[in-house]
Amino acid sequence: MTDRHPDPNADPFVTSGNAGPLDATTEVERSVEGAWVPVMHQSDDMPRHVGFWKRFRRNKVAVAAAIYLILLILAAIFASHIGLQDPNAQNISEINRRPSAAHWLGQDDLGRDVFARIIYGARVSLQAAFTAVAMALLVAVPIGLFSGFVGGWIDLVLMRISDAVQVNPGLVLALVITGILGPSTTNVAVALAFVFTPGFVRLIRGQVLSVREETYIEASRSIGAKRGYIIRKRVLHNVASPLIVQAAVTAGFALLAEASLSFLGLGVQPPQATWGTMLSRAFAQVFQAGWLLWIPGSAIALTVLAFNLVGDGLRDALGAEGRN
Amino acid sequence: MTDVSDTTTPSEPPATPADGAAPLLRVRDLEKVFPIKKGLLRRTVAHVRAVDGVSFDIARGEVLGLVGESGSGKSTTGRLLLRLIEPTGGSIELEGKELRDLEGEELRAVRCDMQMVFQDPYSSLDPLAPVADIVGEPFQVHFNMPRKERDEKVVKLLEQVGLSAQHLRRFPAEFSGGQRQRIAVARALALEPKLIVADEPVSALDMSTQSQVVNLLSDLRERLGVALLFIAHDLSIVHHASDRIAVMYLGGIVEVGDADDVYSHPCHPYSEALISAAPVPDPVVERSRRRIVLEGDPPSPLDPPSGCRYHPRCAYAMDICSQVAPEPTPTLAGGEVACHLHTSGPALAGRPLAELSGVTTHEPG
Repeated sequence: MTDRHPDPNADPFVTSGNAGPLDATTEVERSVEGAWVPVMHQSDDMPRHVGFWKRFRRNKVAVAAAIYLILLILAAIFASHIGLQDPNAQNISEINRRPSAAHWLGQDDLGRDVFARIIYGARVSLQAAFTAVAMALLVAVPIGLFSGFVGGWIDLVLMRISDAVQVNPGLVLALVITGILGPSTTNVAVALAFVFTPGFVRLIRGQVLSVREETYIEASRSIGAKRGYIIRKRVLHNVASPLIVQAAVTAGFALLAEASLSFLGLGVQPPQATWGTMLSRAFAQVFQAGWLLWIPGSAIALTVLAFNLVGDGLRDALGAEGRN
Repeated sequence: MTDVSDTTTPSEPPATPADGAAPLLRVRDLEKVFPIKKGLLRRTVAHVRAVDGVSFDIARGEVLGLVGESGSGKSTTGRLLLRLIEPTGGSIELEGKELRDLEGEELRAVRCDMQMVFQDPYSSLDPLAPVADIVGEPFQVHFNMPRKERDEKVVKLLEQVGLSAQHLRRFPAEFSGGQRQRIAVARALALEPKLIVADEPVSALDMSTQSQVVNLLSDLRERLGVALLFIAHDLSIVHHASDRIAVMYLGGIVEVGDADDVYSHPCHPYSEALISAAPVPDPVVERSRRRIVLEGDPPSPLDPPSGCRYHPRCAYAMDICSQVAPEPTPTLAGGEVACHLHTSGPALAGRPLAELSGVTTHEPG
């Protein structure tokens, strides 16, 4: 708290002496007029939701990335309702065709419509990424809150366990887990969730450690609040901002990891489309139809980039919050 | 010298208000020792005696001012009373009930009777919670009150502190420091406590808003009859707000007494120095005043001086001061003071310190 500067919103009671503090009507009228609230103050201290959107909107790139992601998610959800061709319908007479009016992104080595496969593939890829992040959060949030707030030897043990997971390279660990569990989208998501959990736990724990020392936590204790109440009502929303940012960035990484695992044949099984397997099939055709690689490749790159940009935008928009 | 054994018996209760009724809060020999741990094995290498044998009473509806410089242990004392930190010794009785024995639910229940207002209104309010949730928290925590009912109560509280229903859905960042501190006061009032510990409630505010919050507290005391422990380092503010004043130095109370008496006729050299440090808003008086400038920093509570803890900085120090810790003795005005000047040497025997001036004052150096 470095900004204990004299507030520009100087109190209306400065000159009103003894009668002032208890005169509710004076306070109301003056606040309504807004005479006491300089313009600068208003823009900085908006109610948090308004302030958040205002700040987020200022970052045009992040907004564009967010719109792209929303469109992609909507397309993936309603893939079967938006008049796409059957992604698994083969047409052996038209293989490795370049984009045309009938097939916007061309046809692959079995003559299947690449555009339809990209959209249906997005369904699998995004679902795996979101499931992985959601599962990781579900496990990490309670552990992180508990570990940070309660501390002691439990904290020590939990942190050593998370160290033990984190020393392994994430992708290799996910590869091993998926290998053990057997190849399927769900198992990929589970493996990735396992890899992401310690990072989230550490992030939350670190935030909790700083929030725990705030006076408002002590104030809640002095009121007689129980530990569970304090964690749920006072700590949780104060650690949420960095967590949201981290979740967005991790979703991007999850997408990439899912594509990598699928590329290696550990994800969705053929003929179902996913960006990783499309890439892998296109790779086999690299000398016959090299351009086929570009399509799932760009889809992955663009989407990961979009997640990161949205994460950045969120960080900037959430960062200044509540710090006034 | 019959009272040699005096050093081992617990100190006598300090002056209580004249009515003789049982005090609301009775604190005896309160003590907090913080261990200092170092190294890999976290071995305790030293102890800080932050609060070292503090005793005082607060009557119903009384305002006791607790003053002292930074590090004197006054904030720690306030937190010990609410058991926000655990005392290592002594007793705290609220209406005859020993608080140190309470655990869990009982402790939660007793916190309805004692509330706290913190120093920094910028960090004592959850930045992401609307005022309705902040002030309504006590109702939710203790009665699990439904939102609508809670909001009605919150509005009443806000009106008591000069805010209104339209502030209900606003966030702390939308308020000025003075307004935030009033929100904190409203929260403290929610459970109709019998005692509010105000830990430097105005130190973080600028001068113009300070009096506002002090006036609010005084006014609430008058209307609601709530007792107050008013902790501050500025004696002039405490003087206006308090019935009695206790002066703390390095973990111990050196003087207690009626606010006006302590302020105008201090009996302890430290109180005198503290009062002389507060500026008087009258240039004529201010220029003619004798100003006592204390040399050096307060000694470290890690290694407090022997005997009287104030003796290294005291202008009146005698030989005995470095050897024997002074016991509290009654003053003529009805307070108490712990200083050898009142019992040994040119004994003051409870008279104000001013009577000593010109007799034995020797300027340092």
